[in-house]
Amino acid sequence: MKVAYWPGCVSRGFTPELHGSMAQVAPLLDIELIELDRASCCGAGVIAEHNQELADALNARTFALAQQTDGELMMNICSTCQGAQSECQERLDANTDYREQINADLKEAGLRYEKGLTNKNFLWLLVEDIGLDELKSRVKRPLTDLKVGPFYGCYIVRPVNRLGIDDEHPRDRYLHRVIEALGGTVVDYAGVYKCCGFPIITMNKEASLAQAGRHLGDALDAEADCLVVPCPLCHLNLDLQQPVAAKTVGRELGLPVLHLPQLVGLALGLSPKELGMNKHIVRPTSVIDWSTSVVAAA
Amino acid sequence: MAEYTLRIRRYDPQSGEAAHWDDHTVELEPKQSVLDAILKVKDEEDGSIGIRCSCQQAICGSCGVRMNGKPGLACNTHLDEAAARGHGTGWNPPDEGQAERQVITVEPMGNMPVIRDLIVDMDAVHWKKIQRVTPWLVNKEPVPEREYIVPHDNMVDVTQTMACIQCGACVSDCLSMEVDPGFIGPAALAKAYRFVGDPRDAQPLERLNDLSQDPHGIYDCTHCFSCIDACPKGVDPMSQIMRLRRKAGEDYDIVDRNNGKRHEDAFVKNIRKNGLLQEADLLADSYGGKFHPRAVPELLSGLPTVATAMSRGKMTPKTALTHPHKAPDDVRKLFDEIDGREERIELNLYVTGYEDAPENVESEAEETTGTETEEDQ
Repeated sequence: MKVAYWPGCVSRGFTPELHGSMAQVAPLLDIELIELDRASCCGAGVIAEHNQELADALNARTFALAQQTDGELMMNICSTCQGAQSECQERLDANTDYREQINADLKEAGLRYEKGLTNKNFLWLLVEDIGLDELKSRVKRPLTDLKVGPFYGCYIVRPVNRLGIDDEHPRDRYLHRVIEALGGTVVDYAGVYKCCGFPIITMNKEASLAQAGRHLGDALDAEADCLVVPCPLCHLNLDLQQPVAAKTVGRELGLPVLHLPQLVGLALGLSPKELGMNKHIVRPTSVIDWSTSVVAAA
Repeated sequence: MAEYTLRIRRYDPQSGEAAHWDDHTVELEPKQSVLDAILKVKDEEDGSIGIRCSCQQAICGSCGVRMNGKPGLACNTHLDEAAARGHGTGWNPPDEGQAERQVITVEPMGNMPVIRDLIVDMDAVHWKKIQRVTPWLVNKEPVPEREYIVPHDNMVDVTQTMACIQCGACVSDCLSMEVDPGFIGPAALAKAYRFVGDPRDAQPLERLNDLSQDPHGIYDCTHCFSCIDACPKGVDPMSQIMRLRRKAGEDYDIVDRNNGKRHEDAFVKNIRKNGLLQEADLLADSYGGKFHPRAVPELLSGLPTVATAMSRGKMTPKTALTHPHKAPDDVRKLFDEIDGREERIELNLYVTGYEDAPENVESEAEETTGTETEEDQ
């Protein structure tokens, strides 16, 4: 399937392995990525704090660019983008006058947003459009015996109404289901749906890293081999900042944190290196050991 | 009628015994409330269960508890709704089987000490924080002989926060408060907006300055949206906190000592210039710029992290310091045009509603502009 692809900023900045691994994984799932290279940052909720109309206009512009492609829908690889964009889209779609006002802002650039764009995180697309059975059928290296802790990130699970989470779309269980479809074992721990703390890292570093450290510790106590995240900002606090978070909570951590496309890529037969796992701050040794043991067993 | 297992957390701090779960089977209609079930068990099986409740009509705010992990009022949560949550957002371990869907765990709210069983100490946390924000109107002088005349739009603007019934559900699940008990928190900050947004109040600047400068004030909220889902009244406390930030930062230009305003300004400047976020600049600018005395210790303390990131190839000196992206011209224009308006335009869906809502689809006769402007103060 063809999708208008919005990689976000951080996947091309401090977590280049996320963008890279998505590029590796897409062809293995027959996803054709049409990258929206003229689109701008979603604002991550911060621009909306400054000026709501500005955040809505920037995202309407991105949606309009997506609608100019022949992609079936728009796909992102960042929970924060999903949440911030869903919030803007909710306002744009709820009120014609407001939408037209924003479209007037975009007119000069030859852009126009038509109500009703479908914008999905890669996680949602995996389950709803590719399907877990199809995903399973493509697994070459099942994640047998790999204990994976899901870490969703706030923006992709709350608020439930805005994100369309209901009985028909239990999107707050998808990470669990994907891990299982890939052959892995889900580790449930207290932090699954909690906040990584990243948004307040420059305002209250102590509280920010206490959150990251606590969830990592809880996952370790539940004997997870690694975490998987659909959000690069969570990855920054959970991986890049993990050594500092360990000091904040006063315990040793050292828990590898994988981006969702990396976990999928591993199961589809790609090597840890191809997936950029050598770029992580916490070396995913346990995951790499596991992957080589699987190869050896095969 | 349907059968439910009510699994109630029992705890008496004075007993010296650990908390434990008590299971009770109740047979009730699925559309009866969790409070109905608790009171039935209390009445028929175990009178010692501690629960605080009064009106049973979702207005007194007494019966806040966690049901299958999600906070809310026991009196306006249907049994089938609570039971179905067993598979949902972190509320419960992943029991997706139907059998388990008839189990409803009932626990006291979080972030507050337990007095007994389902009763938490609201005075120790919730009310203390409400008192912290001067929760009354400070009259503008001179007080008019008769009533104040208030513009309609202003009162509509604060309606949402006035819907709060002080149940504490948002406090229960605030993820910032979980690690930082000093955080003023969602309920009290929503209450603060109720007065900051009221044109009769004499001290919006003082209030905003206080809440911005407090290290546990408006910039301590981590955008986790928990309070939005927790609130049984649609108060949307996190959105009120964001409105406080807009007022403090934009209308009153308050530069706080927590880097909240600086971070926001740095972010906006960064995107206007680069289109995509340039993280290295954002970090430095959030502390006042690379060479600012405030930034130096922060950046130095981050050096080990940067060194590891570079050694792993996560970033290179080039990607950290140069600017590969430049914002397209039309993006810059959007920033300049919208920021240059005399009045900020905001849409509050709580006030305007949704065009697609069933009640509006049936009668499309009434059309409203739906947009509100916030007056510059």
